[in-house]
Amino acid sequence: MEKQELLEKIAFNVVQGRIEAEDEGFDEGLEDQPAVTELVNQALEQGISPSEILVDGLTDSMTVVGEKFEKGEYLIPDMLAAAEAVGAGMDILTPHLLKDGVESKGRFVIATVIGDLHDIGKNIVSIMIKGAGYDVIDLGVDVPSDKIVEAVKEHNAPYLGLSALLTTTMRNMKEVIDKLKEEGLENTKVCIGGAPTSPEFASEIGADVHCADAFAAIDWLKAQQAA
Amino acid sequence: MTEPDTFRQGTVVKPYERLNAEQIDLLDAASMKILEETGIWCYNMRAAELFAANGARVEDEPGAGAPCKRVYFPPAMVRKYIAMAPSKVVLGARDPKNRLVLDAEVPRVYFGSGSETNVWLETELEEFQSTTDPARKLTAPRYTEKRGDAQLLARAARLGEQLDHLDFFIRPVNVQDSDISEDDHDVNKFFACLNNITKHVQAGLTTQKSLDKVLKMAEIIAGGHEELRQNPVVSFIACVFKSPLQMVEDTTAKVFDMVEAGMPLVISSSPQGGSSAPIQEAGMVAQINAEILAGVMLTQLIKPGAPVLYGSVAVRARLDDLHDLYGCPEFNQYNNDTAQMARHYKIPCYSSSGVGNASTPGMQASFEKVFTHLYMGLTGAQYIHYSFGLLDRTNTFCPLQAVLDNEQVGLVKHCLRPPKVDQENIDEVLKMITKVMKSSHRLFTRHTRKATHAGEISEPYKFGAKEHQDGVIPRAVAELAKVEARPGKHLPAEVQARIRAEVPGIVDRLFT
Repeated sequence: MEKQELLEKIAFNVVQGRIEAEDEGFDEGLEDQPAVTELVNQALEQGISPSEILVDGLTDSMTVVGEKFEKGEYLIPDMLAAAEAVGAGMDILTPHLLKDGVESKGRFVIATVIGDLHDIGKNIVSIMIKGAGYDVIDLGVDVPSDKIVEAVKEHNAPYLGLSALLTTTMRNMKEVIDKLKEEGLENTKVCIGGAPTSPEFASEIGADVHCADAFAAIDWLKAQQAA
Repeated sequence: MTEPDTFRQGTVVKPYERLNAEQIDLLDAASMKILEETGIWCYNMRAAELFAANGARVEDEPGAGAPCKRVYFPPAMVRKYIAMAPSKVVLGARDPKNRLVLDAEVPRVYFGSGSETNVWLETELEEFQSTTDPARKLTAPRYTEKRGDAQLLARAARLGEQLDHLDFFIRPVNVQDSDISEDDHDVNKFFACLNNITKHVQAGLTTQKSLDKVLKMAEIIAGGHEELRQNPVVSFIACVFKSPLQMVEDTTAKVFDMVEAGMPLVISSSPQGGSSAPIQEAGMVAQINAEILAGVMLTQLIKPGAPVLYGSVAVRARLDDLHDLYGCPEFNQYNNDTAQMARHYKIPCYSSSGVGNASTPGMQASFEKVFTHLYMGLTGAQYIHYSFGLLDRTNTFCPLQAVLDNEQVGLVKHCLRPPKVDQENIDEVLKMITKVMKSSHRLFTRHTRKATHAGEISEPYKFGAKEHQDGVIPRAVAELAKVEARPGKHLPAEVQARIRAEVPGIVDRLFT
């Protein structure tokens, strides 16, 4: 397959939200055709540069997905499927990109704070941000504050996302932010989210921003990059 | 009649059976006892003679105020003629895809409009501003009553065409035009409907003598005499009983003509528990069942195998003013029972749901409607009328309410769909669970897509709001404007021209 055709196929499958050949797409009848995983591997085998695959095949097509969502043509599952497809492609590309010295858009540590086992919202944000081209370090749920701070330090992460779904656990976000400051990591930008949180609460605990959903988080990250 | 190739699929439900087999037998026996021992008061002499000639005991009933016979039916006679009623009735439509297959042995549910209200309720939105905070504004509906007329009926039919979940159309608005005589009422009524909707059209007849003209119109639309019988684009409602147990003269006379014309009809009865029938469930059901059985028996005596629906509109009285009370537990109980009785006799059931006691759209109307839409859908009655737009009991038709009801009926239909649980589905979901549990985030979200795209997953309530303000009415007003702006599906010009030439009495303003 020609390079251009292959990159277009990868982009098409991102828009279709297809990770593997067995996946269904948004459109009918795509099952058993090569999807992002197979096509990215094929592109690497054909010697196409990892950064071209990343930009032309994977991340640029998320713009199309975003437009479809804006028009109401896509729902959240379609967006997530596309983001997961980008994530799967990035997992394959990352070692090659590192070898080539290509950096991601930035490292983003994310966790649900200690005492809280809820992860749906956190996972959606994690998938979407990875799909937007960031290097996501997802620490999971019920993560002690010290462990979060350690991860920020270890990965030298400019961004940290904190999630909580309970009014009883949202307070633990403040502990993380305080510890970041204690460790001299106040340059790390912190966004918080979760049903009981609010912009007022974010301001109260010293977080940089409250994001109502994954889209807000991506917009915020874009604004940070542009600044 | 053979089953057509194409018809509306309706919703095949698993009926909720309130009565057990013993209770059905008890009610059946009670109805037979009423017909045998109490009998009916028959004001139509032709019917009385027909009953007498076929095994009923008929006696003069003096003091009834009009010529009247008391008719007593032996149970064997009732059972013999009830058994002749077909278990399957096909109702036709201008668009063949809109035909309805009503099979007493298949609980396929259809919802449609009903009643013949005098009042049309129009809705406008008005904006109010707070006197203390000019920035605070509130949008509220203002309702205006209009006198029902032929053009409003045409508008209701055009709207009915656009409401996806409305399966059939019973005229919900009365024709009260000053220039339409009683003799021309029926042709205007049927034409206003048929020229604006491609779904099945049903109504009662105002005058017996207009049947021929209505049939002529329907034959022109269907393509001929036999074509109409094969694809009955119209059918009739005959409320032959004035409860309790009085078979009225004029509607009974119409039944003879409708049956002899080979057209499908509903034998409907609408007693009110607490006034014209016992309020107690057992008494109401025993009586209405007896009335309907007597009416169905008449149709089969006139013409064995005549297509007929078992029509139950059992209501109860409010005890503070003796008006009908809809959206209450007894309404559901009565009509669930009669749906079971109809199934017992293997006759398709015409039933009712979705009437509001409320006079305007709003929370009360929504409560009353969902209470009966859902419950009556569960009964498995094949043909559920009254379900769109009715307010103030059955006295007002509100197009905005019809749009709201369409959404509600759609969600009810979705809710009542058969479960999709078979080996293929189990295999598919087990594979999905295995796959998701191997993934990093264990999210099933992207695996919702196939089911969503296949229409298996319902949409959120169309008029719902995410903000802290109820936006149902303004959203429904916008939806009504949108659907009413769509072009009408009128009869072809040549068909309208033939009707104009061959069916006198239709006012010019109804032709398009």
